[in-house]
Amino acid sequence: MIEEKRIVLRNADNIDPEDIKDYLQAGGYRGLEKARSMRTIDLIEEVKKSGLRGRGGAAFNCGLKWSFVPPNRGATFVVCNLDEGEPGTYKDRTIVQKDPQTLLEGMAICAHAINSKQGYIYCRGEYPYVVELLNRAIGQAKEAGVLGDFDIEVRMGAGAYVCGEETALIESLEGHRGEPRFKPPFPGVEGLWGQPTVVNNVETFANLPEIVLNGGEWYAAIGAPNYTGTKVLTLTGDVKNRIFIEVPTTTTLREVVFGFGGGIKDDKKFKAVQVGGTSGGFIPEHLLDTQIDADSMRSIGATLGTGAVFVMDETRDIVDIVTRIAKFFEHESCGKCNPCREGTYRAYEIMKKINQGQAVAQDIDNLTVLGRVMEKACLCGLGQAAPSPTLTTLQHFYPEYQARLRAQ
Amino acid sequence: MATIREIISSFRDKPGGIIEAYHAVQRECNFLPEETIPIAAEVFGLSEAQAYGVATFYSYLSVAPRGKYIIRMCESAPCHIAGADTLIKAFEDALGIKVGQTTADGKFSLELTECVGQCQGTPVITINSVPYVDLDPAQVETVLALCQ
Ligand SMILES: Cc1cc2nc3c(=O)[nH]c(=O)nc-3n(C[C@H](O)[C@H](O)[C@H](O)COP(=O)(O)O)c2cc1C
Ligand code: FES
Repeated sequence: MIEEKRIVLRNADNIDPEDIKDYLQAGGYRGLEKARSMRTIDLIEEVKKSGLRGRGGAAFNCGLKWSFVPPNRGATFVVCNLDEGEPGTYKDRTIVQKDPQTLLEGMAICAHAINSKQGYIYCRGEYPYVVELLNRAIGQAKEAGVLGDFDIEVRMGAGAYVCGEETALIESLEGHRGEPRFKPPFPGVEGLWGQPTVVNNVETFANLPEIVLNGGEWYAAIGAPNYTGTKVLTLTGDVKNRIFIEVPTTTTLREVVFGFGGGIKDDKKFKAVQVGGTSGGFIPEHLLDTQIDADSMRSIGATLGTGAVFVMDETRDIVDIVTRIAKFFEHESCGKCNPCREGTYRAYEIMKKINQGQAVAQDIDNLTVLGRVMEKACLCGLGQAAPSPTLTTLQHFYPEYQARLRAQ
Repeated sequence: MATIREIISSFRDKPGGIIEAYHAVQRECNFLPEETIPIAAEVFGLSEAQAYGVATFYSYLSVAPRGKYIIRMCESAPCHIAGADTLIKAFEDALGIKVGQTTADGKFSLELTECVGQCQGTPVITINSVPYVDLDPAQVETVLALCQ
């Protein structure tokens, strides 16, 4: 049986998250010390060598993203995405609650690489208790002098899923409605207040202290070659153990659900697992031997996304669940672009019709076409990913839809 | 108690601080009273339309009065399959109000929300952002009794 490997969560439950002394004793801030002894291009090179890809969903190469920040363009900003809005996900909260200093250290390492003096943590409004913990942690870090001249401020979101999208997040930090921007320009070139800005996820930052300390090659040797390292997963739904784990990215879904998860509750049978949050694809039993790394997941039409693992047993009603998900997107669409605003509305309308047994085959065809259009035409990842639960369940669980159609 | 103007003005020097200012007003008042918008517009150099646009974009900000205790029930898919609907019904029955309403005494508001990041313990509610996990409809009275 494959074991957990804890890099991000190395200190979880071993140190007191409220006390920086514990973190320092456990070797904390040695990664930052080493980073600061390096030239910035060497530091970025080292992070590239690790192969670390973003843990917020899009899986973009971290070092590469940093390398886009132009030198000598005035102020630059480090922004941590702690919006964690994907249903089923509680990893970033867990990482910070177990070990807030490791996030601060990771951000300070990035700050050195892009020569930034100011960082922001954008924490979702649902986590005021995490904001308080972070403010205490920042206070202690400043007092201990470990951050040097790098300052970090925590800002609180206010309940908008779309604000997890990096440009919407930047809009929100600037005090605006959280509507995504057109890209390019990308934030690395033109981000917060028009200045170069690196936005990374909590888990991405939390990997950095160990990567710098042990070297990029050390990290690259862990997990899958194209998506190196570990991934923190959060288990929810009809699985026996609803827990968080950190595993090498070579771990398979079957190992996650039946090994770590302990299988299905009440000894029922497995029906489906949705990975990566509510915008992820649904995965049937016969694909469970897929590795969790982002590329393997993509190859089966799914995503790794945030690493949320939502398990459904044999009694669950796929059509009803997808209808609920369609309502989520209809509600969370910010309304800026037409394909998403109208598309999520119509998709929910059709799903309701199917769920109530009022739909005919043509409705399913319309839903499919609508989904394909949204994937291509929506401005941001919200609308582009919204059809995925529908399209993947139509693919893998079509009989459940068919059984709901009105007799003609 | 600080006035709304004092609260908002204390964020004057924070770039983009209007959302933080709104949060601070809500900590005092539970919602954004009408005078909040013109004051925020003035302090942050925005039009009233922009200040109102921000206030109404975010589901945690409310320009309508709300109760002292805001009960939010997660209805995202993991909580949905764990019986969120029954739980919502139980709260509605216990409080005698529907989702989106506030009790006549101004004590409780009932709202739906999406995932609050406590999916290890579905179904989940929060009361003034404090999470209560693995809730059973039978526990509703006990939970409400905690709000004094
Ligand atoms: C609708 C939407 C919501 C998102 N929510 C989050 C989120 O809550 N946390 C996060 O880290 N990234 C989220 N992202 C991805 C971000 O846009 C961005 O890619 C990420 O923060 C970059 O960090 P990373 O490269 O370290 O993953 C979201 C994207 C979209 C389109
Ligand atoms: S799905 Fe309800 S708390 Fe996450």
